[in-house]
Parts: sequence; structure tokens; C-alpha cells
Amino acid sequence: MKYNEQAKVLENREFASGYRYLTVEAPKQAAEMQPGQFVHIRVPTLEQSALRRPFSVFDAADGKVTVLYKSVGRGTTALSKVQVGETVEIQGPLGRGFPAKCDGVALLVGGGFGVAPLHFLAKRLPKSILFVGGRTKDDLLALDRFEALGVETKVATNDGSAGYKGFVVGPLDETINELRAKGEKFELFTCGPDGLLKAVTERALALKVPGWISVDRHMICGMGACFACIQKTVRGNSRCCIEGPVFKAEELVW
Amino acid sequence: MVNMGTNLGGLAMRSPVATASGTFGYGHEYRDIVDYSKLGAVTAKGVRMEAWPGNAMMRHAEVPGGLVNAIGLQGMGVKHFLERDMFMYSMVKDAPPVIVNVWGGTEDEYAQVAETISAAGKPQIGAIEMNVSCPNVKAGGHTFGQDPKVLFSVVSKVRAATKLPLIVKLAPNVPAIAPYVQACEDAGADALSLINTIPAMVIDIEKRVPVLGNRTGGLSGRCVHPAAVKVVYDAHRVTKLPILAMGGIYEAKDAIEFMLAGASAVAIGTATFSAPDTAAKVYDGIVEYCERHGFGSVGELTGALCES
Repeated sequence: MKYNEQAKVLENREFASGYRYLTVEAPKQAAEMQPGQFVHIRVPTLEQSALRRPFSVFDAADGKVTVLYKSVGRGTTALSKVQVGETVEIQGPLGRGFPAKCDGVALLVGGGFGVAPLHFLAKRLPKSILFVGGRTKDDLLALDRFEALGVETKVATNDGSAGYKGFVVGPLDETINELRAKGEKFELFTCGPDGLLKAVTERALALKVPGWISVDRHMICGMGACFACIQKTVRGNSRCCIEGPVFKAEELVW
Repeated sequence: MVNMGTNLGGLAMRSPVATASGTFGYGHEYRDIVDYSKLGAVTAKGVRMEAWPGNAMMRHAEVPGGLVNAIGLQGMGVKHFLERDMFMYSMVKDAPPVIVNVWGGTEDEYAQVAETISAAGKPQIGAIEMNVSCPNVKAGGHTFGQDPKVLFSVVSKVRAATKLPLIVKLAPNVPAIAPYVQACEDAGADALSLINTIPAMVIDIEKRVPVLGNRTGGLSGRCVHPAAVKVVYDAHRVTKLPILAMGGIYEAKDAIEFMLAGASAVAIGTATFSAPDTAAKVYDGIVEYCERHGFGSVGELTGALCES
């Protein structure tokens, strides 16, 4: 069931430069939300005709829904100015999320604010390892929240300012090789820029392990009605808002 | 009590408020969050005989006061629509009749899809709306709607293929609407939909490329409303065909303007994306307006301008 609710803002806090947590009171959506699903938020200070903005859910529990976002464009900048106690209109839970179980170790691979749905997922999959990449250490988000869940984290930065120097597939491949040497099962879960998603898709297909790929697209309706948020799949042009955002690796055509 | 019922060329509507093609999927997608009881009809997204992939990404761009889209009529074809989407629609609570928007690559395909829909005999399907004005698909869109002779020919063929109420959706970007209205009337159309989106383009100045994959698209949303009112007004002056008006309705005031200009019913489009409760609010606002102005029936609003 999808809902459209007026939700009270409980938190709209900058936790790193330009990055924020927005937490709202949305009990119906929080109760039904699955990791990998998203919400569509109407930014109250934008003009009446402005489109909603889609956000992956970082956490949903105790009647509250939290998203992680970056103030980049007109919508997110306006959203950053919304005060605690004000209301936003929020539509959700939307889209097809990640599966709630994993056979073996869950390898979560995030880029930028792609870590958001992986955090919610990590709460459901206790045997998780997070791999996160960024240009510099300032792009590595919410690591404290993963550590609080007891999730092992492995980081990579292009400039070497934290962890492995290079792309996040570096430490990912190391771990994959270790797990394979030990004969341990694992699955891949990812969200981030398309380049990262392609790299994880290739690995899932080559290794014949389940790969769950969350695709990020600009959206209009979020309900499967407008056909704007397309990703090429084996079925043709698929709507990310309803047939995704999470696709199986073998469904995707890059 | 205001009588909110209206009739659109044979389509009995319990409310003058409908949804516009392309903005409401195939009618069922919004079932969890929209109150359908205040809708007089929903219009399904464009359907043709076979599946069609639509345009490349990007398919939309937000602009001040509106939206430019170039979806390109993606769809699974008429069989999928009649079987799967109409089945999904049967699960919608308080569902009004469906107006099926149709298009084709040739005149014969237009007729064929209309005939297929009629022959299916689905009781929920109340009317057919011909799209002869999509700015985003060359073959099946505006080429049929930019020449009154061609328009007469394709509408005549579809008229012969169906007994369902036949609505023709026209483009706003013509020098004068009258010849197109006349062509539809002569060909036996039952009603008109006005307006389709206005051809538009958005450019990314940093990359120096068009934003849309199709390069150009169609403008909708709040900013097109006054232009749409003018087209409805012009059309109503030259025809008795009932008009389903659309273009930038966000509030009851916008819908009432359309009705005073000559519309018998209105359709909510782009507004649904940001505010899915727009149709219900517009319905309530029309009731309130009729009560305040002493109109016992919403039909009295049609063309009720006080002009000297």
C-alpha cells in the first residue's frame, strides 16, 4: 500500500558539508517501508507547480522515516531550509526494494549518497560488509551509522585521503577473492553512480552470484504513471519507480 | 446540492473533473492514494496496436511554472492494455469510466486500435480520445493534426471503426483552431480535447546540448493555462461539440475559467504529479463556486461568460 501523508519534520540536520538527514513522522509508511524503496517529497517552499523529489530511505523505524540528501539543486536547497516542526507531503513506500534476506555474506557497495538504502538494508542483514567509495574522505558518508550497527566498513578514495587509494571495486575484489578462497557464499547489493552500478553488475554476472542493483534516475510521478525514469532492461525500457529502483543484475542492459 | 453530472458527447460523467492522458498511467497506478469518487473519467495513456519503446532519456525537464516532457508514447500495445491494465483497473474503488487515448503510425492503425478497443466490449471503457497532436512522436503524433484535410480523413476512419464516444485531442500550436474544429465536426467526432502540450525545448548551456533525449518536447503545467483557455474559448465560439479542457489546472479557479470559456469538462494533468489530490480539491472548489454563484448545475457554467 502506498500513502500520501502530511508529515511533521523531526530533524533536518547537516551532518557533513552539504549533506543532511531529514527525518519525518510518517507512521504508515515507516511500518511498511522495505530497504531499497524510496519516498517522493513535495518541497513546501517551492512553487505550486514544482515536481516532487525522490529520496532513498536511509532508515524507517518507530513511525519515522529518514532520508539522506545533499543540497545540490533548487529542490534540495529549498528542502534544506525546512524547519523542525513544519510539515512536508511525503508519498511512499515507492518502488521495488532489496530482498530482505541474503544467502551468505551481504556485500554492500555504495558510492556517494548511494549508501542511504544500504544503511536501511544493513539493519535487516546482519552479516554485511560495507564498501564505500568517494573522491576524497569527505565523500564517505554516515560511516558512524554503519559502525553503530556493527557493520564492517571498507573505504576507498581516489585521492588516498582515507582507506584504499583508488576505486571501491579494489577492496571489493579483495574481499570477493578471500570469500571465494574460503568457499563462502555472498551476494552483492549496490547503489550509487551508474559507473559503480555497471562494475558491480559485471561482477555479479561473471561470478554467477545474485546482484541487486539500485538505479538512481530523475523522476516525475514516482508511481509508474508517467514513464520518465527509464532504465534499459531485458524487458525493454523499464520504469525505475515501479519496476525498480532495485533490479537484478541479469535484468539490466547497460 | 449542485448537480455535478455532465455529458461529453455521449460519455455520461458524474463529475466534470477527469485526468489527462499521459499523467495518470493507465488509470490504476494511483489507486492507493487518489480518491476516485470525485472523478468523472480517467484518461489512459496513449495506446497503439503494438508495443512502442518511447524516446531516449532524459525524458523531462522541470522549468519555471511547468514541465517539458518527451516521453514518446512508450507502451505495451493494445492487447496488454485491454488484458492487464483493464484488469488492474477493475480493482480500483469508485472507478469512473476510462477514456482511452489512442494513436497510430498510419490512418489505418488509428482505426484498427479504435476497433480493437470497441470490439473488446469492456464496460469500463467509456470513450476514445484520438491523439493527433503529440509533439514528441513524428509518425503518430502531430503529422495527423497539422492539416485539416488529413485530420478529417483520419477522424472519419476512426469514426467508422467505433460507436464509442469519439473525442479528438488537438494541438494548440496552429494559427487558428477553427479549421481543425470544423474538420473534426465534419468527420463525426463527438467531442474535443484541448489542449495538448505546447512544443518546447530546454538547453543545458554548460554542456551546450539539448536536455531532452528527443531534443524537443511538450510544455505543460501552470504556465500553459492562459494559452489553453484562449484555445478553448476560440473553439467554443465555432462549435457545439463539447470540450474537455486541460492545461495547467492546479486549482478550482483554473477549471472554472475553462468552463466559462466553453468547456463541458476538465482534465487534471501535470498537477497530479506534485499533488495527487488536485482533482478532488478542484471538484470541491467547483461545488463551492456553483453554490456561491447560484448555479444549480455545473453544466450552466459552460460558456457562461458575461460578455458585451
